[in-house]
Amino acid sequence: MTDLTELGIKAIREGVANGDFTAREVAEGFNAAVAAASELNAFIVATPDHALAAADAVDTKRAKGDDLGTMGGVPIGMKDLFATKGVQTTAASHILEGFEPQYESTVSQNLWDAGAGMLGKLNLDQFAMGSSNETSYFGNVVSPWRKSNGANTDMSPGGSSGGSAASVAARIVPAATGTDTGGSIRQPAAFAGITGIKPTYGRCSRWGVVAFASSLDQAGPMARSVEDCAIMLEAMAGFDPKDATSLKMEVPNWEAGLNADLKGKKIGIPKEYRMDGTDAEILESWEQGKEWLRDAGAEIVDISLPHTKYALPAYYIIAPAEASSNLARYDGVRYGLRDLPEGSGLQDMYAATRAAGFGDEVKRRVLIGTYVLSAGFYDAYYTQAQKIRTLVAQDFEKAWSQCDAILAPTTPTASFPLGSLSDDPLTMYLNDVFAVPASLAGLPAISVPAMLNSDGLPLGLQIIGKPFDEQGVLNAGLAMQQRANFDAQPEKWW
Amino acid sequence: MVSTYRIQGATGEWEVVIGLEVHAQVTSNAKLFSGASTEFGAEPNTQVSLVDAAMPGMLPVPNRECIRQAVRTGMAIEAQINKYSRFDRKNYFYADLPQGYQISQLYHPIVGEGQLLIDADEKAGIPEDKVIGIERIHIEQDAGKLMHDQHPTMSYVDLNRCGVALMEIVSRPDMTSPAEAGAYVRKLRSILRYVGSCDGNMEEGSMRADVNVSVRKVGDSELGTRTETKNVNSVRFVMQVIEHEANRQVDLIEDGGKVVQETRLFDVASGTTRSMRSKEDAHDYRYFPDPDLLPLELEDDFLADCRSSLPELPDAKRRRYETELGLTPYNARELTAEVETFARFETLLSAAALRIGKPEAEVATQVANWALSVAPGVLKSLGAEADPAHASAGAQAAILAMQDKGEISGGQAKEIYEIVLKTGRDPEEIADTEGLKQVSDTGAIETAIDDILANNQDKVEQYKGGKDKLFGFFVGQTMKAMQGKANPAVVNQILKDKLG
Amino acid sequence: MSVTREEVAKIASLARIRMGEDALDRMVPELNNILDWVEQLSEVDTSGVEPMTAVISNSLRLRDDVVDAIPETAGGRREDVLANAPVAEHGFFGVPKVIE
Ligand SMILES: [Mg+2]
Ligand SMILES: [Zn+2]
Repeated sequence: MTDLTELGIKAIREGVANGDFTAREVAEGFNAAVAAASELNAFIVATPDHALAAADAVDTKRAKGDDLGTMGGVPIGMKDLFATKGVQTTAASHILEGFEPQYESTVSQNLWDAGAGMLGKLNLDQFAMGSSNETSYFGNVVSPWRKSNGANTDMSPGGSSGGSAASVAARIVPAATGTDTGGSIRQPAAFAGITGIKPTYGRCSRWGVVAFASSLDQAGPMARSVEDCAIMLEAMAGFDPKDATSLKMEVPNWEAGLNADLKGKKIGIPKEYRMDGTDAEILESWEQGKEWLRDAGAEIVDISLPHTKYALPAYYIIAPAEASSNLARYDGVRYGLRDLPEGSGLQDMYAATRAAGFGDEVKRRVLIGTYVLSAGFYDAYYTQAQKIRTLVAQDFEKAWSQCDAILAPTTPTASFPLGSLSDDPLTMYLNDVFAVPASLAGLPAISVPAMLNSDGLPLGLQIIGKPFDEQGVLNAGLAMQQRANFDAQPEKWW
Repeated sequence: MVSTYRIQGATGEWEVVIGLEVHAQVTSNAKLFSGASTEFGAEPNTQVSLVDAAMPGMLPVPNRECIRQAVRTGMAIEAQINKYSRFDRKNYFYADLPQGYQISQLYHPIVGEGQLLIDADEKAGIPEDKVIGIERIHIEQDAGKLMHDQHPTMSYVDLNRCGVALMEIVSRPDMTSPAEAGAYVRKLRSILRYVGSCDGNMEEGSMRADVNVSVRKVGDSELGTRTETKNVNSVRFVMQVIEHEANRQVDLIEDGGKVVQETRLFDVASGTTRSMRSKEDAHDYRYFPDPDLLPLELEDDFLADCRSSLPELPDAKRRRYETELGLTPYNARELTAEVETFARFETLLSAAALRIGKPEAEVATQVANWALSVAPGVLKSLGAEADPAHASAGAQAAILAMQDKGEISGGQAKEIYEIVLKTGRDPEEIADTEGLKQVSDTGAIETAIDDILANNQDKVEQYKGGKDKLFGFFVGQTMKAMQGKANPAVVNQILKDKLG
Repeated sequence: MSVTREEVAKIASLARIRMGEDALDRMVPELNNILDWVEQLSEVDTSGVEPMTAVISNSLRLRDDVVDAIPETAGGRREDVLANAPVAEHGFFGVPKVIE
């Protein structure tokens, strides 16, 4: 029998349904892989029993001839930003250490309802704030990828969904959930040589997902192929009456709608994404991407997204502003850490608890957010940023009169060594320069692995689509996947 | 019209300027953003959802009924209804505020400019009707409750009230005396209760006022620095706060001090206010649009439904009572002041009109007098002997109908009603068995009159000679002979016939 | 625009994050770097531009006024609400005594 951990969602689902192997065998295989990969530090907690229980339920259903669900028998990794009932949920922060939600997030519940099981809670940047997975209270996640020069330097898996990216790339999970606020699915997917899609804002319910920036946060799948992403996104998405921003729309059958033939489609190339500081190999991969899409029948057209340059600074006002308010609830009163210095009052308790509980990057962003919302600065910063957000969204709207989707690099560079940027927040932020515009505009966007660079590290390409057109994004992604033939895997060292 | 309320200071006369922010709990079954119940008085933290407790990842979804009630309230004060509004977050840290922010509306409230008429009340020092401007009504969440006296070193937090919908009704600083402020709160409460958007129960905290007070020298046009006394929960206290604050501020200024713009707390026991230190540094609320909630856009049919569901409001009802029912301005105002009063009156009016067989307008005055003075008088005189449950509209209508037909006198009506209130017996049966009926039998009355006329020939001559006043004498004699039970109308008629 | 040490201290206090002298020393230049960088937004002419409100055109959905309509957002679950509390007594959350 093949090594079951080599299989992705579709293959596992079909193998279980056909009786080639049992769901329990799959869960056991991945549980063992998770246990053996502690050096990656991808998990905050492993939940082998959850995976086994879900697997047994699927095996029982199969024995009875019942429907197994679209994710039947597939164990996944759950980013530790999703509340999971009775299982510690921390957002990788000390302030939530030990917190056991008495509720299940809508997205995770949707996945369990579709027959999936949970291998564990995945490490991430604290409160999803970071692009390298170096801000977790529970330690850095180490990418399974290493440079081909034999230096064995620990590389960043990207962030904030770094645990998700690393575990999918290392084949210790077939797929994982991610969340994307300003690139946190796409950037780590690109760094890790896997596929990840952020759907249209409102497709996946935010209920039960620890909030970072509410107007931007979107959950999405991270997996080994476009097909697997289509399957998993379909299971995750759907209208939720508990989320007032949830889209009241049917979830399309994205898996069935997959079609790599792009005849009649126009793909836009935004000239503003050709930025200073972008790695030459990234630009090469972009050229290659154009060729693949042309080969799939698409017409390549030049477009302009004039406010691209301002998207990232606008994001670094809007997201911290929302975060400063969203994180006010971590105050040591109802759950999580409480630091009560001797003889201190309520307000001192807040200040001590939050000082002890939040990491530096979280503090930085909470302070920036507090500042830009404070009296006298609100209009100059927050209102101006929201106006620029309107301009960024309008740029895309205009583009849609010229093209059906947009091709761009996912990141300006490949993965970098852990620690190399951690004392330079601004350079770190620039990692998301290509990912943030689609986040600000709420658009669906996918990152698909394109090639390895000369260091042997993966590079990703991004397709950005119109609102609600996940299908178009998946299809263009599929066309590239078929032509890229990216089958590189990190060499196992852990 | 300038109010006559003045503070007599050492340096001259001062006037007071008052604005009120009234927080009114919206009548709804569930909370503004969660499904938890709003019922008053439950065990601590039993009416708290994960949303209200601000668990990680929880999201607000607005309750349509709360929006609807705010809109209807706005319509009732003839305010501008904003078809586009937004929810904002007001950020501050306090133990009664789990999210660390209150969802409120600062930039785009659901209701804009409106107004409210307070009625003249000479006795209270309100010489004529006065229009008080209302700046806005916005919707927001209530906070939880802290208990300070249950533990030596801890405060206890109960989140049951947390997330209950409030309307904050913000007046213009248009009031210039405690009496006006009192009248404003009473009128506002009356309107809210007419509309059904708030039960107006001030003891349970369903309505409380933040009282903004400043003083200035008479004749000054600039406003003085104001203080805001929070959460004052009765009309009387509102008036006390104003009295106290106005005097305190005048004394302070005259002693060379300065009024500080600050939040104050009312101490019921002493009737004074004091500075509220705990909220001192919370001035920078960092309001911004709540990113969990999209803009609220009201559809035309929603607005039409709000409008068509509005009841007749106090001012309109009062006008109608005067013009259509012919009631006196006093009676009209008394009857329309409270929901219960007009509801009882209107039920009785329609029952009585039906029973009597006349249009409502023709019996309204009689019913109003009964409802405002006769019936309450009887009830009061009986005290605990009365069972208010017996005061049905049907029984009262029956009494009023007997009276209208002349079967009973006014005195008999009261006596019958007394028995009704004590026993619940049927009024007509009481009139029959207790002999509480006027004699309308012309035979008996005629016999009595014939006797009287025969015994008073001299007066009959004088009357016929033009001394009309003697008619009253004959009536009196007849009534006496009949032991007060003769129908006065019948007596009058027979006397007129006999005396030519 | 740049922030002074005092301003950072004030923001930290507003955000209820206790900051010692060392932390302030580190934070002030970092915040100024970021603020200098976002400053470039002021070069964009945004006159006549509406600030973004709803990123994907969608209208605010309202729910019916029904108590406990959805179990996950219902009341009547005190055990769950208090389950993770650092201090819970007699059905209340406990906090250091507040003087109002
Ligand atoms: Mg107030
Ligand atoms: Zn308020």
